[in-house]
Amino acid sequence: MRRQALIALLSYWRRNWLQFFTLLAGLALATALWSGVQAINAEARASYDAAAATLGEGQYTQITANNGLPIAVEDYVALRRVGWLVSPVVEGRLDGVRLIGVEPLTAPQGIGTTALSIEAELPSEPTLWVSSGVSVDGVTTVETPELAPNTAIGDIGLVSDLLGAQGISRLLVLSDQPVRQPPLESVVQGLNVQTPQGGSDIGRLTDSFHLNLTAFGFLSFVVGIFIVNGAVGLAFEQRRPLVRTLRALGVPLRTVIAIMAAEMAVLSLLGGVIGVVIGYFIAAALLPDVAATLQGLYGADVGGTLAIRPVWWLSGLGIALLGGMAASASALWKLSRMPLLAGAQPRAWSMQAGRGRVIQTIAGLFMLAAAGIFALIADGLVTGFALLGTLLLGAALLLPMVLNAALALGQRLAKGPVWEWFWADTRQQLPGLSLALAALLLAMAANIGVSTMVSSFRQTFVGFLDQRLAAELYVTARDEEDAVALEQFLAGKVESVLPIEQIDVEANGLPAELYGPIDDRTYRDNWRFLSQVPQMWDIVQAGEGVAINEQLSYRGDLQLGDMLELPGITLPVVGIYGDYGNPIGQVIIGREVFKELYPDSQALRYGVRVLPEDVAALTDQLVSEYGLPEANVINQAGIKAYSLDIFERTFTVTGALNWLTLGVAGFAILMSLLTLSGMRIPQLAPLWALGLTRGRLERLEILRTVMLTAWTFVFALPLGLALAWVLLAVVNVAAFGWRLPMFVFPTSYVFLLVQALIAAGAAALWPALKLGRTPTSHLLKVFANER
Amino acid sequence: MLKIRDLQKSYVSAGQTVQVLKGVSLDLAGAETLALTGESGSGKSTLLHLAAGLDVVDAGDVFVGETNVGKLNEAGRAHLRRDVVGVIFQQFNLIPSLTVEANIAFHARLAGKYDADWCKRLADRIGLTEQLGKYPEQLSGGQQQRVAIARTLAAKPALVLADEPTGNLDEETAAQVIALMLELVSETGAALLMVTHSSALAAMLDRRLHLRAGQVA
Ligand SMILES: Nc1ncnc2c1ncn2[C@@H]1O[C@H](COP(=O)(O)OP(=O)(O)OP(=O)(O)O)[C@@H](O)[C@H]1O
Ligand SMILES: [Mg+2]
Repeated sequence: MRRQALIALLSYWRRNWLQFFTLLAGLALATALWSGVQAINAEARASYDAAAATLGEGQYTQITANNGLPIAVEDYVALRRVGWLVSPVVEGRLDGVRLIGVEPLTAPQGIGTTALSIEAELPSEPTLWVSSGVSVDGVTTVETPELAPNTAIGDIGLVSDLLGAQGISRLLVLSDQPVRQPPLESVVQGLNVQTPQGGSDIGRLTDSFHLNLTAFGFLSFVVGIFIVNGAVGLAFEQRRPLVRTLRALGVPLRTVIAIMAAEMAVLSLLGGVIGVVIGYFIAAALLPDVAATLQGLYGADVGGTLAIRPVWWLSGLGIALLGGMAASASALWKLSRMPLLAGAQPRAWSMQAGRGRVIQTIAGLFMLAAAGIFALIADGLVTGFALLGTLLLGAALLLPMVLNAALALGQRLAKGPVWEWFWADTRQQLPGLSLALAALLLAMAANIGVSTMVSSFRQTFVGFLDQRLAAELYVTARDEEDAVALEQFLAGKVESVLPIEQIDVEANGLPAELYGPIDDRTYRDNWRFLSQVPQMWDIVQAGEGVAINEQLSYRGDLQLGDMLELPGITLPVVGIYGDYGNPIGQVIIGREVFKELYPDSQALRYGVRVLPEDVAALTDQLVSEYGLPEANVINQAGIKAYSLDIFERTFTVTGALNWLTLGVAGFAILMSLLTLSGMRIPQLAPLWALGLTRGRLERLEILRTVMLTAWTFVFALPLGLALAWVLLAVVNVAAFGWRLPMFVFPTSYVFLLVQALIAAGAAALWPALKLGRTPTSHLLKVFANER
Repeated sequence: MLKIRDLQKSYVSAGQTVQVLKGVSLDLAGAETLALTGESGSGKSTLLHLAAGLDVVDAGDVFVGETNVGKLNEAGRAHLRRDVVGVIFQQFNLIPSLTVEANIAFHARLAGKYDADWCKRLADRIGLTEQLGKYPEQLSGGQQQRVAIARTLAAKPALVLADEPTGNLDEETAAQVIALMLELVSETGAALLMVTHSSALAAMLDRRLHLRAGQVA
């Protein structure tokens, strides 16, 4: 009996291969989207670790010699022996090319590019990995486009030989150090530890990029779940008459359910495998951009190739199985509760859904209420993501109710019998379409949310970069004596030198960094303020006011005009600026006041303004003529250009993912429509018999889908903006401690609407054409045969 | 009202051509009622579909009033169904997403001949005044067919075509429904062509025509 039931249930697919295909494709696409984003995410994370360990500027804690000379190999050995996990780097210039030598065995994981791991396998022929267009005499070079410009990387021995270097330029301190470790001075003398500076602001922004992707992964997961759920639900719906027949023939319900559950598990796994493969290709197609993004940031290769990680396979298959089983669980539950004699008519189904709809609405409202509570109490990542989850789920659950209300309104306003029928009939279609529409809702909301977030982020950050990285070079002196000499060296050679002097103080009892910049065009032209009084810089430089960062204004509850008490002086706040990479409060006072308060202070760091074309020459001079270690000269113009590039690439990636998600939602609609089209004929045949042409019905069918999409968009817009708000104001604050201002981009939303309408119209086209081509004999059969 | 001359229709199924109607002719005057009988497969439904413009004529002529149905294109045939004829089938006549009341008014409104009083009277005559807010699936088969009849007559068609309208009903109910239909048809002055298997029902109509193997017997 079990065998016969199985054969009967499976025979359904043979007759409905198209539906079989759509179910499988639905599972596969959902899995693909999930595992694709996961793949990118995992790879980006791995890349991030590699990038964090890069040889680039200021990303890594380093040890250098106080006198700027090389570190002796014995000192390195001594440090390693007592447990300091450090890795040597030799660095220098040869014919203008920056040569970097690393020690593959001790270098931080992922450091020095994939190139060096390749090297380990190569014969001992000396090889350098170089950026495009670089060549070094007498050495085999391998072009590695991912490298920062004008750079060559190789084994430390080879580079030392090429440079004729004695000793080690600097030591990288690995991020994981043993707990018990003798202090540096007790092991070797004349060395100092430099914690990363300057560039760390940008590091935080990269974290934000990851968060962005994580959020996207989360959203596509939700979209995926809905699609799988929809596909499976519809497949079950269609087999209800068959189940009825089997039960009438005496097959126990339990047996039917067991067979269908097993069938779903097999299908899910199959769809999952296909999905993971597709996801791999999606990720592989997008990854070069992600890799380039991170590479651009750090000037180091982070590997543009995709490794196949078992985690993706497992998570991809897991998600397919989970989604498939969850979807079939609810479908089977419905099936088990359906009275045996309830027909296959969709109306019976929607009546059944009537009771379910009340429960669904209550659940949706409950979710939104929970989201409201989370929004009030959210103070961490967990509550932030809980807020995201409840918000999205609540909205998705409420969608049918909202659409139903909108359609009822349309029905009331409709003129003429055809339009009345159109609205009423659309309402009747809702239960069958609501899962696909929920997927569309989430896809559009994710699209709006993520693109608003990325755009806001970019808008803010471009301004911030202009402000913070205005100076072309960022130079650090080794000590105070060196600083004085450096100032003299630079004087006259450059447009202006901006000493960066910082004193840790208490401002209104809160810890803060106090800065006293000179009065320079750089600040007046580039700094942007969240709020400020007129002539702010004049007031600050005259010693009659202070500017503070956003963090301090939040923490100290300070607005414009409030008094700020500093050691020895109290001044009103005249400007508040955004400070997006920094957890600490900052105060800016006029140069003269600063010098009066701290006459002995001496700057060690300088922003240097030079013409862009002179940057390279000056860098060379500072290193070779003046003798400053390479690491002490940072080319900020380069960092800025890379950083700006990042956002373009971030846009490309999120844009592509947005499109994919939307495409999958469109596919879900197509699938639902195709599945429903079978039951449509008995519903449409009477209208045809009453004198509506098939062409007219066809056009109405397309219009229906397009209209539902438009309504869903109306609902998706506020949801997407809420999503963006949560990402910017809750998740970002929880993750990084600062809040991004939110900008709204109406034209891009209109563009999305157009895209969605096109996608929906395209999805509706095929089922509608199929309907329009239905032979009249098919339509006539409705009236004669017992169906 | 309905004039059919030498009507032929064949279907191709499984590669074989089946000649269903082999030159059928009949005449039906205005306000006349005609029962069409014949064994299963004799072509009754086919003939009715052709008269209603639901299917396309192979050869011969079908005149509904002055209109030659065979010469109409799809839009023209839709027009005919909407404005001139009313069709009642054995089942699935009603639009599931509309209430009984909206169903009754639907055809009349579509044809632009809506008359609220007439619709109300029809609802009263079919005894479903209490059920107007319900949906078709909440009605019994007999009730559904009465709604279908009311809907057709609400549009006051010149020709009513009914294909075993009571085929799913028990004898007693069937007789009641047909009696009601005949009453209402004669009130509107429409002509009626009804396909039926039942001699008893056929006897209630003015005339009777028997089809055998695609020809008038
Ligand atoms: N679309 C079609 N394609 C192929 N054959 C058809 C089609 N429609 C009808 N037929 C065939 O035409 C013949 C007449 O069918 P029709 O439905 O007119 O018979 P009927 O007299 O109405 O029978 P019943 O009393 O069973 O309703 C049958 O043999 C049927 O199989
Ligand atoms: Mg028939």
